[in-house]
Amino acid sequence: MNGVHDMGGMHGMGPVEIENNEPAFHSRWEARAFAITVASGYLGKWNIDMSRHSRERMPPVEYLAATYYERWLFGLEKLLAEQGLVTAQELQTGRAAAKAGVERVLRVPDVANYLRHRIRTRLNEGAPPKFKAGDRVVARNIHPAGHTRLPRYARGRHGVIDRDHGVFIFPDTSAMSGDKKPQHLYSVRFAARELWGPDASARDSVTVALWDDHLDPA
Amino acid sequence: MSDHDHHHHDDGHGHDHDRPLSGPALRVKALESLLVEKGLVDPKALDELIDTYETKVGPRNGARVVARAWVNPAYKQRLLADGGAAIAEFGFVGRGEDIVVLENTHKVRNMVVCTLCSCYPWPVLGLPPVWYKSAPYRSRAVIDPRGVLKELGGGIADDVEVRVWDSTAELRYLVLPERPAGTEGWSEEQLAEIVTRDAMIGVAEVTVPKGNRR
Repeated sequence: MNGVHDMGGMHGMGPVEIENNEPAFHSRWEARAFAITVASGYLGKWNIDMSRHSRERMPPVEYLAATYYERWLFGLEKLLAEQGLVTAQELQTGRAAAKAGVERVLRVPDVANYLRHRIRTRLNEGAPPKFKAGDRVVARNIHPAGHTRLPRYARGRHGVIDRDHGVFIFPDTSAMSGDKKPQHLYSVRFAARELWGPDASARDSVTVALWDDHLDPA
Repeated sequence: MSDHDHHHHDDGHGHDHDRPLSGPALRVKALESLLVEKGLVDPKALDELIDTYETKVGPRNGARVVARAWVNPAYKQRLLADGGAAIAEFGFVGRGEDIVVLENTHKVRNMVVCTLCSCYPWPVLGLPPVWYKSAPYRSRAVIDPRGVLKELGGGIADDVEVRVWDSTAELRYLVLPERPAGTEGWSEEQLAEIVTRDAMIGVAEVTVPKGNRR
């Protein structure tokens, strides 16, 4: 979706401010928001792509005004409701109408192992690659209303395959229907001038990780 | 519009118990108790998750990887060939197992961003800092990397190539910074102490702190 989360190349967002000795969390609520989100992921009702898409669907004005974990909170509430784990009324009242029927809940002994394995997106299926290192490609000029990992700034731009990373789940379909659509993932290098015009440095580049379905031969 | 990530509203900054909860703090508390009541989360597991990223997993992990690559050429070779596997030799595994290590040289500077969200190599760097997740960095790193680097205090020479890596997949990037001059003969442990998070994201170089010069 052409959402405000797709920020690459936008102007006017202000300076980058690094905080010295920044803590992992700035308050207890951030830590709890982080933890309930990760723990809810263990329920197995959604994948990482659905999770990203839930946050992207925050209305643009709210997204820009929100802090990071407020976006997580928005996404989590959306996923919980969409998957029927929590009703809108329960979210509103904060009271459980009934226990949820789930097969597994994250417990202390499982935490380390879960963090070790929680995201598996590399597949061992043998989908053939469409491209090889050195091939010239053009990123498709597509504007899906749903989730996509092809940033707007790269669409329609020419690049070169830097390397083939093997077969991965395709997030664009995985987020919308759970369809893994296994295909090759590549590092695609775009010259800075191809993306940003003649004012950019002739030496510089931006490398984007893109899938077969994002690319055509150039 | 400026990004408000760093303002953290009125969340109390660690003084949650000293004043009434408001805004997101209240909302999180309500949601957590609802999820506990529904039997969807176990509060003890939540404590464990938080403890993991507050005390166990952070940029010190990455610093050890970098220091070893600096002193051990065979390790460096493995690290550049298959980052995930070489990093797993330390036992640092998990989210982001496909880690690509990007080597800085005097001619090439690598810089990592996630323009679409906040993808970051958790096993080696922990959770991303606010600035990395903020609109200013996400918007500018790809279109004006040299401006960002300059603003952060480390301008870059015209004849150095800047390679920006946008983390759009379940690949995670770790920058292998250049080993600073003046560290000849240092042990792996000593070297690990001077490797910073920002250098491993690619927005800073590793320098020898004044007190460490010998």
